[in-house]
Amino acid sequence: MEAITSVVTASLVGFFARLYMLRTDYRQYPSYPQGYVIHLSLGLIASFLGAVAVPALLVKDYAAATFLALAATQFREVRKTERETLSNLEPMELIPRGNGYIEGIARVFEARNYLAGGTALFTSIVVLILSQYWSLPIAIFGGVVGGAILVWLLDGMMIGPKVGDLANVRGAEIRFTGPLLMVEDIVIMNVGLETARQRLLKEGIGVLIEPRDPNSKATLANLGQRQAILHDATSLLGVEMDVGEPEYIPLLRRHPVTGALAMAIIPGEKNTVALLEAVRRTPILEASVRKPLASQAGRLADRHRE
Amino acid sequence: MRENSAEGVIAMITEDRNLVGGGAPIFYVSSLAEKERVAQYLSRITRGMVHDLGNGVYIIVRH
Repeated sequence: MEAITSVVTASLVGFFARLYMLRTDYRQYPSYPQGYVIHLSLGLIASFLGAVAVPALLVKDYAAATFLALAATQFREVRKTERETLSNLEPMELIPRGNGYIEGIARVFEARNYLAGGTALFTSIVVLILSQYWSLPIAIFGGVVGGAILVWLLDGMMIGPKVGDLANVRGAEIRFTGPLLMVEDIVIMNVGLETARQRLLKEGIGVLIEPRDPNSKATLANLGQRQAILHDATSLLGVEMDVGEPEYIPLLRRHPVTGALAMAIIPGEKNTVALLEAVRRTPILEASVRKPLASQAGRLADRHRE
Repeated sequence: MRENSAEGVIAMITEDRNLVGGGAPIFYVSSLAEKERVAQYLSRITRGMVHDLGNGVYIIVRH
């Protein structure tokens, strides 16, 4: 009886953990409602696998416990599916997410299934232990509370740094030197058409992202990270352009010495404060993180420049 | 949206016949205003970007 109670409670807690982590945010993914069904079903399977592991061990059914290993293969598949879906949609995006962002999103989806499974495992252990000393309802209550706390802690730990944590983001002046579009002293691109130049000067906003230390400088140099910033900024504020107007595609270009990134953009809503906030809140992609200062060579290079 | 067609110089637009030559189509124009207009139309048609070489030659490049 304890075993069944523990499996059911743990599966449900794991399922609700997955539901809690499944928030539709500005990335508009997973899309409601088909995406929800897919991920909740997988979350339920993950939770069930986590929930049966300990009860199976207790009745010495080692074969059943090894199914947990099988789950890992299943969820690697999730990452692959997410990556393929997003990559297939990529050519249809006005401002693409970029491979770095797609990989990051795919990883999050895989990881969340493990979190759901882990929560279920933890809950089942709590329920089984408590049921040794107290009545079943108390054990269930303890398991639910324990699982909820674990999800809350794990989910909090999964939130990574944002661009605003690594860099100082501020508005900057847009100007032209001949045909060259510049944001302060960083060249963005060569704009040939006079009409496009006038429009960029009139309606464009310049943004400068200045990294705080050598670690941030190396991280922000990553092309995937830059594309992620552009995608987030344009998906939040819109962009005044259409297919076949390459003059107005926002680009992030890097200052070769300082590593500062500059962007000139004609947002759908002209609001500098909102644009800067959108840039600051762009997540730092796991795959773009570099830490040269963690090495001896990096620290030496930081101390002295010939 | 990305086109699958080739990248590179799609066309050149200039008022001076001595400045250009080579493989890409060349469009001769008689005034700056005409150059701007032709460049804009070509850019929209080919989905390429207009670049100013600074010597009176505009090129359309697909990136």
